[in-house]
Amino acid sequence: MELERFSYDNKVVKAFIIATVVFGLVGMLVGLTAAIQLFYPIFNFDTQYTTFGRIRPLHTNAVIFAFVGNAMFASIYYSMQRLLKARMFSDTLSWIHFWGWQLIILAAAISLPLGMTTSKEYAELEWPIDIAITIIWVVFGWNMIGTIIKRRERHMYVAIWFYLATFITVAVLHLVNSYEIPVNFFKSYSGYAGVQDALVQWWYGHNAVAFFLTTPYLGMMYYFLPKAANRPVYSYKLSIIHFWSLIFIYIWAGPHHLLYTSLPDWAQSLGVVFSIMLIAPSWGGMLNGLMTLRGAWDRVREEPVLKFMVVAVTAYGMVTLEGPLLSLKNVNAIAHFTDWIVAHVHVGGLGWNGFLIFGILYWMVPRMWDTKLYSTKLANLHFWLGTLGIIFYALPMYVSGVVQSLMWKEFNPEGFLVYKNFLETTVQILPLHMLRAFGGALYLTGAIIMTYNLIKTAYAGKFIPNEAAEAAPLTKIYHAPNSGGWHHRVLEHKPILFTVLSLVAILIGGVIEMVPTFLIKSNVPTIASVKPYSPLELHGRDIYIREGCVNCHTQMVRPFRSETERYGEYSKAGEYVYDHPFLWGSKRTGPDLQRTSGKYSNAWHYNHLLAPDAVSTGSIMPPYPWLFEQVIDKEQTAKKITALRRVGVPYAEGYEATANDDLDAQAKGITDNLKADGIDVMPDAEIVAVIAYLQRLGRDIKAEKTADSNTTNKN
Amino acid sequence: MYNNILQSIDNIAIWPVISFVIFFLFFLCLLWYVFTADKEFINEMKQMPLNDGVTNSNTPINLP
Repeated sequence: MELERFSYDNKVVKAFIIATVVFGLVGMLVGLTAAIQLFYPIFNFDTQYTTFGRIRPLHTNAVIFAFVGNAMFASIYYSMQRLLKARMFSDTLSWIHFWGWQLIILAAAISLPLGMTTSKEYAELEWPIDIAITIIWVVFGWNMIGTIIKRRERHMYVAIWFYLATFITVAVLHLVNSYEIPVNFFKSYSGYAGVQDALVQWWYGHNAVAFFLTTPYLGMMYYFLPKAANRPVYSYKLSIIHFWSLIFIYIWAGPHHLLYTSLPDWAQSLGVVFSIMLIAPSWGGMLNGLMTLRGAWDRVREEPVLKFMVVAVTAYGMVTLEGPLLSLKNVNAIAHFTDWIVAHVHVGGLGWNGFLIFGILYWMVPRMWDTKLYSTKLANLHFWLGTLGIIFYALPMYVSGVVQSLMWKEFNPEGFLVYKNFLETTVQILPLHMLRAFGGALYLTGAIIMTYNLIKTAYAGKFIPNEAAEAAPLTKIYHAPNSGGWHHRVLEHKPILFTVLSLVAILIGGVIEMVPTFLIKSNVPTIASVKPYSPLELHGRDIYIREGCVNCHTQMVRPFRSETERYGEYSKAGEYVYDHPFLWGSKRTGPDLQRTSGKYSNAWHYNHLLAPDAVSTGSIMPPYPWLFEQVIDKEQTAKKITALRRVGVPYAEGYEATANDDLDAQAKGITDNLKADGIDVMPDAEIVAVIAYLQRLGRDIKAEKTADSNTTNKN
Repeated sequence: MYNNILQSIDNIAIWPVISFVIFFLFFLCLLWYVFTADKEFINEMKQMPLNDGVTNSNTPINLP
């Protein structure tokens, strides 16, 4: 048959590579800044836009969606064309995808420091950006499926399956988790409340790790590792098992992020069981990657590309063993809310994603610019700086996590907490946080050296914008050879059928996990004393969300004696029924706040937010002076009440018209109280709303207890 | 407390059973699918990344 001549589009790959490198450096720099703030709070530069609570989501979004995301797109556009022997379906769609994605990143970089956030981890971006992400994601999928349809290769290699599963699943996750009701252009409330919001969020959060940070990268591993090693993958059969079992099992494991919380027990157990099972496909994939190098290990010593890839795959193996272990309830009881989790995700992020990206960049750039890598020495230096960076990052964080946990849980023989003051732990781990920042700095230095090396490489060569290729077109009618493996050929040359089956595989887990939890909606034991937030508290809660307090403070007292002693009664599902979104948090850099009500006076909160260090010596919490100058936007009150009513909060019909009267009355109560302590404050200052909210946290439960004891007394 | 919640859902016991059955069948099918695969076809698939049809690059195209 006659060969068709065509070309592969390298231009869009180049654009994505540049974006990867630039946003990689930015994301890491923001991460380093956040790391320094945790032992040197003044590093927030005293502006509200750069406090830890606001730049932590900026860091996670930048590294996940900008660095890892752009690298994913560069690699997919590069490998997909070559695996399908076809140029991308449409250059226009490729460029819409590229520029659309960069605009989304720009919008994130502006809106997150401004405090526009939904507060749901890795889904912080507000609703207009969510819509933009949906559109651009569809463009990406359209371009991808279009390319598959016009391919010249009959069967789809396993990497393509991973890419397809990524597209489908991320679309489902994003749509389900982004269900929110707008208040205005910059603000929305989650459509789910409390326990359900938590379940949906962590089904999303867990699977964002699975289908944004893992499946596309496994596809990339299955393409670039054989390329770099110059030999086919060790076992193609294993890669088939790897793919199907991974996408099928991963989707069930989300609830392991919510162990010992108010999530129903059966959902927690389901998450644990599937997490343990995940070891099998993950390790199958890791071994498949490493075994691909059999007989080529001598080259690993000399070839930086392979060095990076070997460490990446090894890190994948370590993280996917650690993850299931962390999901065991007894391990989770120790590790959850501590720095251990930070270490865990960074072995994944820095080791697996980062190192695989670096390896792929060192492999792609010389080939796309038709030259050799400028300096192997510098690449080796980068490799060692990066590896040491990971070690200096992870080890102190592991130690820190264990120290935190032991100190939080230590009782003396009399049965009292030894470290009653949370700050004692915070101060204890500061040196470890400094070491962690040093590790991060090493890793960033390596990335800067890589940037220099890649730029020099590009200047030494000549860019090939369109790489010429030739292949035979597909015949219209296909007769599969009449052998035993007919069913493979049926499935693997039918992309639509394949996509539908992948969708079914991921939906089964999601549906079985979610449906019962949504069914119990009316059955979450209602606590009569739990009432919707007052308008002032609602404003306070929104400021709490804006400032990203949830990044350091949890609102979830787990049912352990060490926690009930320290914070008060453990949290119940019924307490959160009006929480849109839930604010349980996932990390305790500071103490839990769920039982804050009545613990401290209004004046204490006032002084503490103005100068935390002056009230609690050694505190690493940044001061919030702007809360004392900025005023609440009372025009938003009615809109907030209306939006919340739409998602089911029982505010009386027409309450929005009079809500501000209640707001003023409650604010007056607080300002009068502060005045008695000699503090003069504007009644509509943001600090008043924040104090109102903090004094509300846990008050309903305390009120119920008082009511109960009164009833008992009467009896 | 959770027992009460769960008992109040109709036919709750069916959920874990459905999960198990789906899971079991899925993996049976997967294993059948893989172990009955055609060797020649698997080898053809394996080679795919190494054979990209490029005509003018300095990338060495290697066949075993």
